[in-house]
Amino acid sequence: MACISPDGKPTASGGRMLAALKGGPRSAEEIAKSSGLPLFRVRSGLRELTQAGLTSAKGDKYELSPEGKKLADSL
Amino acid sequence: MEEVKEQTPSLPRLGEPAPPFEAVTTHGVIKLEDYKGSWLILFSHPADFTPVCTTEFIAFAEIYPELQKRGVELLGLSVDSVSSHIAWVRNVEEKTGVKIPFPIIADLNKEVSTAYGMVHPGQSKTETVRCVFIIDDKQIIRAILYYPLTTGRNMDEILRIIDALQTSDANAVATPANWRPGDKVVVPPPNTQEMAEERKNQGYEYIDWYLCKKKL
Repeated sequence: MACISPDGKPTASGGRMLAALKGGPRSAEEIAKSSGLPLFRVRSGLRELTQAGLTSAKGDKYELSPEGKKLADSL
Repeated sequence: MEEVKEQTPSLPRLGEPAPPFEAVTTHGVIKLEDYKGSWLILFSHPADFTPVCTTEFIAFAEIYPELQKRGVELLGLSVDSVSSHIAWVRNVEEKTGVKIPFPIIADLNKEVSTAYGMVHPGQSKTETVRCVFIIDDKQIIRAILYYPLTTGRNMDEILRIIDALQTSDANAVATPANWRPGDKVVVPPPNTQEMAEERKNQGYEYIDWYLCKKKL
C-alpha cells in the first residue's frame, strides 16, 4: 500500500492526506491543494485509506473515521 | 486439422477513449480514472536496468516540471516487477542524482500493455516497445508514438506535441510542420466557396484560400 506501511503506520503521503482531513470533510481536489500531492496520488491514496477504514466517502467529499482521526491526531 | 488464425489485437486509436486500467505501480495501485482532469503521458519501455531506457527515464524526469506546468502527468510501464522498478529508480538516483518522480506500472500479466498494443512481436515477444500515449484531460487518446527498441525517444517532440494539442484546443486552430510555441498557426480551411472567396481579406497571412496562417 502506498499510504499505509505494512506495520499499519501511514507513510509520509498517507500522513499528509490524513492531516488534510483534520479540519473536516474535503474533496480529493481540496486535499491535493492543501497537501501538495498530485491529484492522481490523492485519488489513489483515498481509495486505500477508505479500504483500510481510516476514511469514508460522502458524495465527492472524504472524512476521517474515528480510527483515522485517532491516527491523524497522533501524527 | 483446424487452422489457428493469428488474431491482431485491436489497438487504441486517436480520438477514442483510452482503455481503462487498474494497475500496480511504484506509487501504489493506480486507475486510469485517477488522472481525470489532467493530461497523461502513458509510456512503455522494454526493461529496467537497460541503457537506452535509463537515458529515457532521466530525460522524462528532466521534462517533468515542464509537463506539470502544462497540467500533464507521466506514467511509465514495463513488464518488470515493482521490486525491479524500485531497485532501478533507486539505482538511477544513486548513480546519476536524478530522482524519478512519476509512477511506473509493473505490468507482469501484460494486461495494460495488451490493451494498449505495446508488445510488438516483430521487435520482441516478451518486452514492450517504446510507446507514448498522450491522453487528454477527458481521457481521450490524442497522440500515439511508437519507437523501436534501439531508438530513445525525443523529449522535445513530446513537449512540442503537448503544446501543439493544447494550443489547437484552446484556439480552434491547427499547427504547421515543425511548429513551435510562438510561431504562426494554421487557420482551419473554409468549407464553402463563399468563405474561400472571403479569406483573402480577413487579415491572415494568405498563401492561398486553403492555407492561411495567423499569429495568436
